[in-house]
Amino acid sequence: MFTRTGRGLLRTLSTANRVVARENGDKLSAIRTFRSSEISKIRALTPVSRAYASVEAPERTHGNLSDADRIFTNLYGRHDPFLKGAMARGDWYETKKLVELGADWIVNEMKASGLRGRGGAGFPSGLKWSFMPKVSDGRPSYLVVNADESEPGTCKDREIMRHDPHKLLEGCLIAGTAMRARAAYIYIRGEYVNERLALERALAEAYAAGFLGKDACGTGLDFDVNIHYGAGAYICGEETALIESLEGKQGKPRLKPPFPANVGLYGCPTTVTNVETVAVAPTILRRGPEWFASFGRKNNAGTKLFCISGHVNNPCTVEEEMSIPLKDLIEKHCGGVRGGWDNLLAVIPGGSSVPMITKDVCDDVLMDFDALKGVGSGLGTAAVIVMDKSTDVVDAIARLSYFYKHESCGQCTPCREGTSWIYNIMKRLVKGDARLEEVEMLQEITKQIEGHTICALGDAAAWPVQGLLKNFSPLIRERITASSDAKKIAA
Amino acid sequence: MTRLAVARKASREAYKTLFGARAGAMRAMSAEAAPNPDTVPVTVNGQEVHVPKGVTVLYACEQAGVDVPRFCYHHKLSIAGNCRMCLVEVEKSPKPVASCAMPVMPGMNIKTTTDLVKKAREGVMEFLLINHPLDCPICDQGGECELQDQSYIFGSDRSRFTEYKRAVEDKELGPLVKTVMTRCIHCTRCVRFSTEIAGVQDMGITGRGNQAEVGTYISKLLASELSGNVIDLCPVGALTSKPFAFTARSWELEGTPSIDVTDGLGSNIRVDTRGNEVMRIVPRANEEVNEEWISDKARFSYDALKRQRLDRPMVRGSDGKLQETSWEFALDYVAEKLKATEPDAIRAVAGKLCDAESMISLKDMMNKLGASHTTPEGMANVSADVRSSYLFNSNLVGVEDADYVLLIGTNPRTEAPVLNVRLRRAVIAGGATVTSVGPNADLSYPSTHLGDTTATLEEITSGKHAVCEAIKAANNPMVIVGSELLRRADSKILLKKIHAMCDELGVVKGDWNGFNVLHDAGGTVGALDIGFVPGTSASNDVPAKLVYSLGAEEFDAPAGAFIVYQGHHGAQGASKADVILPGAAYTEKTGTYVNTEGRAQVAVASMGPVGQAKEDWRILRALSEFAGVPLPYNTHEQVHRRLAEVAPHFAKLNEVEATLWMNGATYAHEKARKADASIPFKSSVENFFMTDVISKTSATMAKCTEARNEMNA
Repeated sequence: MFTRTGRGLLRTLSTANRVVARENGDKLSAIRTFRSSEISKIRALTPVSRAYASVEAPERTHGNLSDADRIFTNLYGRHDPFLKGAMARGDWYETKKLVELGADWIVNEMKASGLRGRGGAGFPSGLKWSFMPKVSDGRPSYLVVNADESEPGTCKDREIMRHDPHKLLEGCLIAGTAMRARAAYIYIRGEYVNERLALERALAEAYAAGFLGKDACGTGLDFDVNIHYGAGAYICGEETALIESLEGKQGKPRLKPPFPANVGLYGCPTTVTNVETVAVAPTILRRGPEWFASFGRKNNAGTKLFCISGHVNNPCTVEEEMSIPLKDLIEKHCGGVRGGWDNLLAVIPGGSSVPMITKDVCDDVLMDFDALKGVGSGLGTAAVIVMDKSTDVVDAIARLSYFYKHESCGQCTPCREGTSWIYNIMKRLVKGDARLEEVEMLQEITKQIEGHTICALGDAAAWPVQGLLKNFSPLIRERITASSDAKKIAA
Repeated sequence: MTRLAVARKASREAYKTLFGARAGAMRAMSAEAAPNPDTVPVTVNGQEVHVPKGVTVLYACEQAGVDVPRFCYHHKLSIAGNCRMCLVEVEKSPKPVASCAMPVMPGMNIKTTTDLVKKAREGVMEFLLINHPLDCPICDQGGECELQDQSYIFGSDRSRFTEYKRAVEDKELGPLVKTVMTRCIHCTRCVRFSTEIAGVQDMGITGRGNQAEVGTYISKLLASELSGNVIDLCPVGALTSKPFAFTARSWELEGTPSIDVTDGLGSNIRVDTRGNEVMRIVPRANEEVNEEWISDKARFSYDALKRQRLDRPMVRGSDGKLQETSWEFALDYVAEKLKATEPDAIRAVAGKLCDAESMISLKDMMNKLGASHTTPEGMANVSADVRSSYLFNSNLVGVEDADYVLLIGTNPRTEAPVLNVRLRRAVIAGGATVTSVGPNADLSYPSTHLGDTTATLEEITSGKHAVCEAIKAANNPMVIVGSELLRRADSKILLKKIHAMCDELGVVKGDWNGFNVLHDAGGTVGALDIGFVPGTSASNDVPAKLVYSLGAEEFDAPAGAFIVYQGHHGAQGASKADVILPGAAYTEKTGTYVNTEGRAQVAVASMGPVGQAKEDWRILRALSEFAGVPLPYNTHEQVHRRLAEVAPHFAKLNEVEATLWMNGATYAHEKARKADASIPFKSSVENFFMTDVISKTSATMAKCTEARNEMNA
């Protein structure tokens, strides 16, 4: 059980104060500037009732997100995903006023909310959005939404796009305003056919309703959203490769610097951001950054979509509070591990790129950026891949190695050569057809790739193998010994 | 994948800043007295250096004298940053950084000798080698291979790679570039060269990851006149020279600095010989002339130096056949004829590939004999009075400053491919506009074809054409006149109009002289510079009775005239000759050549002439003795001194002397007449691969011609 430190307690108390303040409308308007009176009105009128998480007790375990606090209220597609249903759920409500509060206001609200990018790296979103030029040098700015959700295990953005597309589109307008962007490009993964169709339909609705396009939402601003269809390459989810692909070139990552915020799409300032990050923005603005920041531990604020797959009884995508204990997440939402918690072997907690953690770590680890980093893994896209004891964990990682070998763009040396080499060795390790010293060699090869490549795909290929070697090298050695013993006997 | 899309303005800017910054850097480093506000201090291995803002970490390392290994980085190409060999450690950076791509920051502390760097480079080297074949002993790159050199430093003495190596099917790129794609390390230098420099989109990478292959997408000839440069660029043996394949090892070769004569640029080359045989020709870097490139003709026509050579003196016998003879007899025979012919009936024609020394010797001898009818091959009609009227006045580097280029009767892509690189850069990076009156050709960059008739040109010269306004509005407008125009009978009329236009439309103004003549061979400007043109007393009234051809292939010879051919190849010219005096090709004699911008450069003899052949000026010196008009020089130095007497710029080698613009006075005496409208403007080069006696003899060039024709068929 997670217990709060003194500092955490202080934070909790101040959160409690803020919550009290928020509940008192007069005080709120007194604290805020005159423009905030507008926003407080919006917040008061937001159809979703403003029921906040109750004041936290210091020992509070995160999780148990109430329905009222969910951002994605049509995650499972039980209601109308399109305009009528979306508006009933509160989308596009007074968006004009949010836009009119201006770029700086939106960025500050986002910063205050503590939202960290939901695409995997977890970079603070408000800060990232603030990197865009405040004054144009003649070039337009662009928002690019990364909907190339290809990380194995991850299936959160697709739920947004097919069941709540208007959240994303409204988010585009909000985030685009914050970045002073002229247009947004949504780059959808090639395989996502239904998602694209839903989004395109929603886009047409939004244009027809005057929410997007010329004079978007009646703000006087012109804001276009374009949907682009990828061709199914994992690497195109890397922001600069995505930009290249969008420009019609081979999806190969660019060198940084220059960063996209300086030279991005068509050489113009660009910010690439994940679907979920964009889609939560309007709700954060409506309900206030304090509301969002009240979830999760410090620096890990908010609610988050978790995608749990693998050996659980009920694999699902669920919106939960950040910092929820992994065990709670699995037990509560997924009906537990197949064959019971004790049948758990290991979990890949953040999509295929992050190192796996074993059961003893899973027992009490929290699902947030810092806690998972602390145990040598990462939150990534919060795609939890659960493996029970029936799993051949070496084979599982070998399959991931195959994936990275297949998806390497081939541009830079360590990844192009290293991923194939790793896969070749992994393939042999599955059968134990290797020499014992190759286990250490494999570790060295992953280290030779990690941090030496243009983009993070090299790291992503190295980490799962490192996680395997860290946790299961006795198993691998055993297999090698058994295999060579068998060979000796056969000889 | 490389990216120099026309549309990407930002990268253009970056490109410009980079090159601008480099030039600035040179200046900054030479005058290191005062602290320059445009420089930033960085520390490389503890040593502080000041480098210009915006340069790369690699540049800073070079300034500090620290060598950084690299494969993909090349200072003439865009930055790819993909080989990862140049990784260095930068303090406060969690990961090693690719020094070729990382801009310097003030106070950066760069370390290249730490364990982290060593390990990183060793790791990259291991990755490069796992799929690289161990065939150095049979690889033509062996001995001059960057991968081989670096693997001595960062490689291991044994491999721990026990899998199967990747094998890649070889690509067919035509008769010049041999491919062994298994050796490829995917540095993409060749891809970037063809896209950015040569301007052909033929090369690229197909496939991903370990399956990525460099190639031409569909099996296709590398259709560039500069394709041979990818051989130099390739850091490994993936792209090697097909004609050179397995003929020599690099360490057996002796290199001699020389000058290319196959076009008018005077590209700096190195002639690699083994014994008395030219094995290959490679470029030497000269930023002001050819940068680091040479054309395929310059590089690959050397095989002709062993074919169809005139290696002994010959005279035409009574049976009409050429028979071998002795030097003494041949010279005596020619001298008697020279003495017996009235001077006005003697014609001397200098070929396109002649060195200035032999031409001055011929001219001096002719003048001593009283003959003054000397002409450069094909240019009977050109005035040599004013240098600015026949030179590339804005200089080759000046092309990059041009913002408007009007081509008249020229296709720079075939006439001077290396110059075309600069034109392309002016268009792509500098945003220049190119319009053309003449052949409608693909120049490898966007250009507008206005027409090919004299009427179109006259419309422009008279200020009525729509482009006149654009030329007037340009800061540095440029006119490039092809050498074919000088060969026209009406060239003086046309040039008079062009000169007048240059003054009116501001092509020549202030410090800028945008009137340029692009010559297509190495010897023409030298001939004009020494005044190898008909003298004032020369007339065509007396028909020619003796024609002395110094390597000229095409000359007027009335039936019955006595023809002397002094040259190195048995072709058109020699077949007409009554006497053949075997001379030396440009690789076999030390000679001075003046390029199209008026830069005199010396080519050093890399070997002796073949058989009984002699250096040309020596033949003429000996002949003058036989003819009773001995020339006053006995050594090459003395001839060169004579050249400087005639034209002072011969004394200032490798430099360009500023020319004087006569404000239209050059052709003022020319009567205004109508040009010959029936002849359209065309390029002097119809087939790039075969333009002179050497390239026409070359088997390699013949193969290239065939391959091109097949491709176009």
